[in-house]
Amino acid sequence: MVKYFCCAGLLKTTWDQVCIAFWQRYPNPYSNHVLTEDIIFREVTPQNCLVSRRLLTKTSRAPRWMERYLPKQMSSSAYIIEDSIVDPQSRTMTTLTWNISHARLMSVKERCEYRINPENGSWTEIMREAWISSNVYGLSRAIQEFGLARFKTSVTKTMKGFEYVLAKMQGETPSRTLAETATERARETALAAKEKAKDLASQAKKKQYV
Amino acid sequence: MNSVGETCTELKREYDQCFNRWFAEHFLKGDRSEDPLPLTALSRTSACVQKAIRDKDILWTESTLMEPNKERPS
Repeated sequence: MVKYFCCAGLLKTTWDQVCIAFWQRYPNPYSNHVLTEDIIFREVTPQNCLVSRRLLTKTSRAPRWMERYLPKQMSSSAYIIEDSIVDPQSRTMTTLTWNISHARLMSVKERCEYRINPENGSWTEIMREAWISSNVYGLSRAIQEFGLARFKTSVTKTMKGFEYVLAKMQGETPSRTLAETATERARETALAAKEKAKDLASQAKKKQYV
Repeated sequence: MNSVGETCTELKREYDQCFNRWFAEHFLKGDRSEDPLPLTALSRTSACVQKAIRDKDILWTESTLMEPNKERPS
């Protein structure tokens, strides 16, 4: 059994900017769970597409109810592989991401396609699909439900992170006045603090209920 | 952003800078002639990262690079 999920997203920035930001989006205030990133393969194909494979390390904390079914020494971080193809001719970027750690427990595979928004050529739309599965006997349904809920939260964070990095990239253009830059900085700091507080609050809440 | 290998981070950042410039100024503009993909910087970083991957026992089945149409729900 595999749980399937799909959703569409919109970034009000050009496709080129989104692609440039894609490679520079870590760290951002919404990516505290991303610990490392490395390009482990990259080439330009004869069709002039850029193909890359990235290895990411992310923290992965299982909920309390799941912990007793897991090996005692299970690592709290997980390795993720992210393949991508950037096609500058058709202006599409496709990514395929999956976890290589704890994959028997839960496997999450995500496919995203970034295209120019047909209604507004200076915006970018994202079609996101995900497949979540688990092989744990008797618990697979519960684990998949948990995986899906967590995936949805992470999509929100990914989009917020993207928007943050895009705003920052645009904010660095020389046309900005000092006052604007200062306001932006203050907003960023406030944002990061707010996010941190939210995280702490949600952790505290989880602890209360589990 | 840090590399998975603590000692590779500096090399990785140099490569990232090099790549980001190439990507925005050449690749997306369709300019292939003057400045090819910065491979030298990547191979230096890769050697370091591959060693870290071996040291940390990060294992996975090497698959061919993405085949987007393969993973469709049945």
